[in-house]
Amino acid sequence: MPRSLAGDLTDPEMAQPYMKKDDDDDEEIEYSPFFGIEKGAVLQEARAFHDPQLDARRCSQVITKLLYLLNQGETFTKVEATEVFFAVTKLFQSKDAGLRRLVYLMIKELSPSSDEVIIVTSSLMKDMNSKTDMYRANAIRVLCRIIDGTLLTQIERYLKQAIVDKNPVVASAALVSGIHLLQANPEIVKRWSKEVQEAVQSRAALVQFHGLCLLHQIRQNDRLAVSKMVSGLTKGSVRSPLAQCLLIRYTSQVIRESSMNTQNGDRPFFDYLESCLRHKSEMVILEAARKIAEMDVTSRELAPAITVLQLFLTSSKPVLRFAAVRTLNKVAMTRPLAVTNCNVDLESLVSDQNRSIATLAITTLLKTGNESSVDRLMKQITNFMSDIADEFKIVVVEAIRALCLKFPLKYRSMMNFLSNSLREEGSFEYKKAIVDSIVTLISEIPDAKETGLLYLCEFIEDCEFTYLSSQILHLLGNEGPRTSDPSRYIRYIYNRVILENANVRASAVSTLAKFGALVDTLKPRIFVLLRRCLFDTDDEVRDRATLYLQTLDGEVALGNTEKDVNEFLFGSFDVPLANLEASLRTYEPSEEPFDISFVSREVKPQPLQEKKGPGKKQLAGAPSPATVSAVDAYQKMLSSIPEFSGFGRLFKSSESVELTEAETEYSVNVVKHIYKGHIVLQYNCTNTIPEQLLENVIVYVDATDAEEFSEVCSKHLRSLPYDSPGQIFVAFEKPENVPATGKFSNVLKFIVKEVDTSTGEVDEDGVEDEYHIEDLEIVSADYMLRVAVSNFRNAWENMDPESERVDEYGLGVRESLAEAVSAVISILGMQPCEGTEVVPKNARSHTCLLSGVFIGDVKVLVRLSFGLSGPKEVAMKLAVRSDDPEVSDKIHEIVASG
Amino acid sequence: MESCPSVKNILVLDSEGKRVAVKYYSDDWPSLSSKQAFEKSVFAKTHKTSARTEAEIVMFDSYIVVYKFIQDLHFFVTGGDDENELILASVLQGFSEAVDHLLRNKVHKKAALENLDLIFLCLDEIVDGGIVLETDAKAIVEKLSGHGLEGSGSITEQTISNALATAREHFARSIFS
Repeated sequence: MPRSLAGDLTDPEMAQPYMKKDDDDDEEIEYSPFFGIEKGAVLQEARAFHDPQLDARRCSQVITKLLYLLNQGETFTKVEATEVFFAVTKLFQSKDAGLRRLVYLMIKELSPSSDEVIIVTSSLMKDMNSKTDMYRANAIRVLCRIIDGTLLTQIERYLKQAIVDKNPVVASAALVSGIHLLQANPEIVKRWSKEVQEAVQSRAALVQFHGLCLLHQIRQNDRLAVSKMVSGLTKGSVRSPLAQCLLIRYTSQVIRESSMNTQNGDRPFFDYLESCLRHKSEMVILEAARKIAEMDVTSRELAPAITVLQLFLTSSKPVLRFAAVRTLNKVAMTRPLAVTNCNVDLESLVSDQNRSIATLAITTLLKTGNESSVDRLMKQITNFMSDIADEFKIVVVEAIRALCLKFPLKYRSMMNFLSNSLREEGSFEYKKAIVDSIVTLISEIPDAKETGLLYLCEFIEDCEFTYLSSQILHLLGNEGPRTSDPSRYIRYIYNRVILENANVRASAVSTLAKFGALVDTLKPRIFVLLRRCLFDTDDEVRDRATLYLQTLDGEVALGNTEKDVNEFLFGSFDVPLANLEASLRTYEPSEEPFDISFVSREVKPQPLQEKKGPGKKQLAGAPSPATVSAVDAYQKMLSSIPEFSGFGRLFKSSESVELTEAETEYSVNVVKHIYKGHIVLQYNCTNTIPEQLLENVIVYVDATDAEEFSEVCSKHLRSLPYDSPGQIFVAFEKPENVPATGKFSNVLKFIVKEVDTSTGEVDEDGVEDEYHIEDLEIVSADYMLRVAVSNFRNAWENMDPESERVDEYGLGVRESLAEAVSAVISILGMQPCEGTEVVPKNARSHTCLLSGVFIGDVKVLVRLSFGLSGPKEVAMKLAVRSDDPEVSDKIHEIVASG
Repeated sequence: MESCPSVKNILVLDSEGKRVAVKYYSDDWPSLSSKQAFEKSVFAKTHKTSARTEAEIVMFDSYIVVYKFIQDLHFFVTGGDDENELILASVLQGFSEAVDHLLRNKVHKKAALENLDLIFLCLDEIVDGGIVLETDAKAIVEKLSGHGLEGSGSITEQTISNALATAREHFARSIFS
């Protein structure tokens, strides 16, 4: 349809016949030129491309139909695509400009294979050198999209010319293509930097933008060159707002990197950024303000940026208001005081038509507001909440939780707000966010506990979500008995037993039992209630009731003292469920009952999931069950070796540590197995030389640098043929329950025999040889199991305060706070709890909670408080509680020596 | 790439959320179903708002989407959540204005479908592989209208024959459909 492609758009003559038709068809609602379109038929039509007499208009229509099909999600088979591709290449014969444009588009959509590319290369290269600018520009973009490295070198010369072409469209096409090509062919594109530099000086606005983008990418790894480029351009004239935005990004990057290296905090190009706040384009102002706000600047330097953003808040354009409030929201997270001047404008945005803007305004206000404005804010929010979507409500609820923790005295109005929100209709996620918030407030603000619990009780009276009911019942069981009047909760809990589904009933039974165990006055009444549960229709509910009745009555010998009963009821279940499941799967029914104490307590460290686009989220997966059962497999294997069967229960097996470089003759890695009074080193050896057979392989371990260890036995390997791994074990004795450390040097000794690879015959005579492998160390972390606790606070409080040991340490200059935190975690080898291993960006201080089990089955909890003092100087306060005060001291020793 | 402003997709949907023309520049949505799911949620989140006089904006799932409605056509431009909103807005404006020109101020679904080739070419001219090529509507229209092609003499000739051909085509279509 080249009619409008070729015509002058203001020419009414041309439009006339076309538009007239429109009017005729107005009443036909479902009219579409593609109505009933079918792939097979269109592919048939594409045969017209082979006609010797090409009808350009008809061909254009067919291509449009093909593009339409692809755009609607239709796919072509390999054969179909190839056929269409060959047919389309015929169309280069036509001189019709509009058709040529569609041919370009079609080739890009088909993304031909490399042998197909060759067919069109010559046609496209002809167009690349055409006199028509539009052909040149488009042919460049198409060719660069489909080309590979070898072809690229052939057309490189033309591309370099095109970059400095006097027509801006051609130059931009070449530059943008260069940006794409740089990914796969950096060495070629880097050769163009002279031409690209020239393009950066171009008078055409967009050529400069594209040139700048490419130049930066060519030089991005050369910090000095980027700095020079920035310094040249910030003085000169940058023509388009887009290029200006780009320059602002590069400038702030240079500032960030230079401030990392120099300690004096000198910011070379800050003036430039500030001057951009006065630029005439809003795009540039926003970019500059945002970059300044992200930087570590003084309040005075930040103020002008805040001022321009404040002006944007009252703009008539929603996009601008959104951009401004979003930026201010971010600033308010770390520097709420800087934003307080905008509060009036923000308050008026609460009623903004655009709910995204309104939500951002509210949450910003919640961060910047002071204690006196809380009540007014809560009132405003109540009106606002009724007409926003649940996803926004969740954001607001989370902001309120943060505010309440900031102003604990104001908990009443905020708690009230949260409980009102609970009564309204809402999705599970929304209700969960509210319940989680109330739970946090209960645990953080002691005064709020009883009101909070009652609100939650009210909620479960009419709660449709089993998960939330169970969660609340569990919390009630832990907190309720310790309140001033425990009896008031019983009614709510017992109502669940009468009214709810089996899952909730079972939770309620457990909760009742906890009240019975802790509150003696209630015990007889709880017994009555629990006995009624014995007639429940559900097995689990009956079983629980029976069990609790008997334990509370002291009939079942769970332990002799009341303490054991409480431990049974309240103690955290510290066996990771995945490990338990894996162990149960491998358990073979036998005389020997399943012993839960043999299940590994170690939580396999999960790799931190980085936040990526939503497309990739599913890929970051669950930990593979194979690694969990590896510990069981080790236990089974080792106990089957008679020499080691007397060592008792395997406490921990380390990850394997490579003792050789990759691709050496013999590859060896070692796994450290820790027992109470022994360690076993398991050397996994592989012979990678087909011409050799190794016999009588032993590892000679020199333990002179490991005084507390003495070798007790070793199991050598009789033969080690090519490519079939074998294990060598060396066992050491060490003092019981003592985390002895030391260094071991290892030498592999063996007899080499030649093997004829063609016949497989082995030479009779062997030669003795040895092979040095790397040293290995037993460190304190090897004696620590990574065991998570579900509620760190509870677990901490349940430990004897007498066992607490506190000390402070200076960690010296560190790369960052996060780096210091992860270093300490790895020295201790403990499990971070409640996600505290993640340090928020720009944080000045951080608290990290760790838990673990130390050798001798001693539970250990650690509270680490980090702080930055001076530039990059990290200080740390370490508080340890454990079942054994000596272990607490030990932890301090580990940190002090690490 | 991270420092270069980038567009993740441009969508034109109709008033029921159906595709008119879409172009994805990012592999955040690798499959057809993920693309359709994105379009569905964009449409669901925006169709009740009014984005007629000024472009509107919404943020979800770490994407920023600026959008504008003209008649029964909904135009969307998506970027990452660290993108400058105003750059995305300028792309949206350039695109919707160019379409407005190309459809001679009669922007609606039917006209868009009848001139779908122009819409596709317009998408091709405004963004290349995520990088903004041109945001000035006039410049885009000029590129598509053949300004800068071979001598202007042949154009008038072509125009008339094209006009006739178009009329013929429409006639033929109305018979066969």
